[in-house]
Amino acid sequence: MSVLKVNDKEIQVTDEGYLENFADWDKDVANVLAKEEEIEELTQGHWHIIETLQKIYQEKGALPALRRLAKESGVKTKELYDLFPKKPLKKAAKIAGLPKPTGCG
Amino acid sequence: MDNKEEVKKIAIIVSKNSLEDVYAGLVMANGAVMEGIETIMFFTFFGLDAITKKSMNNLKVGNPEAFIAKMPPMDGHMPENLGDFVTEQIKNQFEEMDFAPVDEFIEMINAGGGKIYACRLAADMFQLTEEDFCDELDGIISVGEMYEMAGGAQMVYI
Repeated sequence: MSVLKVNDKEIQVTDEGYLENFADWDKDVANVLAKEEEIEELTQGHWHIIETLQKIYQEKGALPALRRLAKESGVKTKELYDLFPKKPLKKAAKIAGLPKPTGCG
Repeated sequence: MDNKEEVKKIAIIVSKNSLEDVYAGLVMANGAVMEGIETIMFFTFFGLDAITKKSMNNLKVGNPEAFIAKMPPMDGHMPENLGDFVTEQIKNQFEEMDFAPVDEFIEMINAGGGKIYACRLAADMFQLTEEDFCDELDGIISVGEMYEMAGGAQMVYI
């Protein structure tokens, strides 16, 4: 377990930097997590994906495959890679305050 | 997970055309792309069916008996064409699990920067040219060129 400092708060994260408790998540936390993933600024495009992921997770209790995320968000896979370079699902899940993806897609 | 050394580059060679073999290759390749691993796919011999426009979405299960053995017992008699029946079942299951059909899978691998190559020898043998292959094809290349591109990669053969 590690600690992430956001403003004056200390937030529990896993060794890989995923939030331990979603209740700790807010937009400031997302911005800090994004910087850790070398995303300098979260744009509207990023927020749309973050919110879509959170919605799916809330409904299904699990993270979707990348293909499902593309379908539900209406954003093409290629653009998901542009928004969250190299590791789209992992990066988006982390910034959204959700657990590390464990699926095979 | 404690990963001291990460895989940085992978080359997956697909030489078969059964649904189960091709999916094994596609899932591993797409999984690698999603991890930010540099990924090359090299399709050879019957594996070319998986990137040939007219056959890529019509692949059949190669070993239906093995699937039947793992499925819940069926009521009544066995279907007449076991291969077609199992293929249909497996495709439905893939769809439920959000695994894309072959063409869309290739599209995803390409979207993430993965490279798709056809083997020159096999393409010549089956008289296939670039027009026969999916749009995501990055080229028809020789074994030598494949090794050049795969420099430093871990190699997987299916």
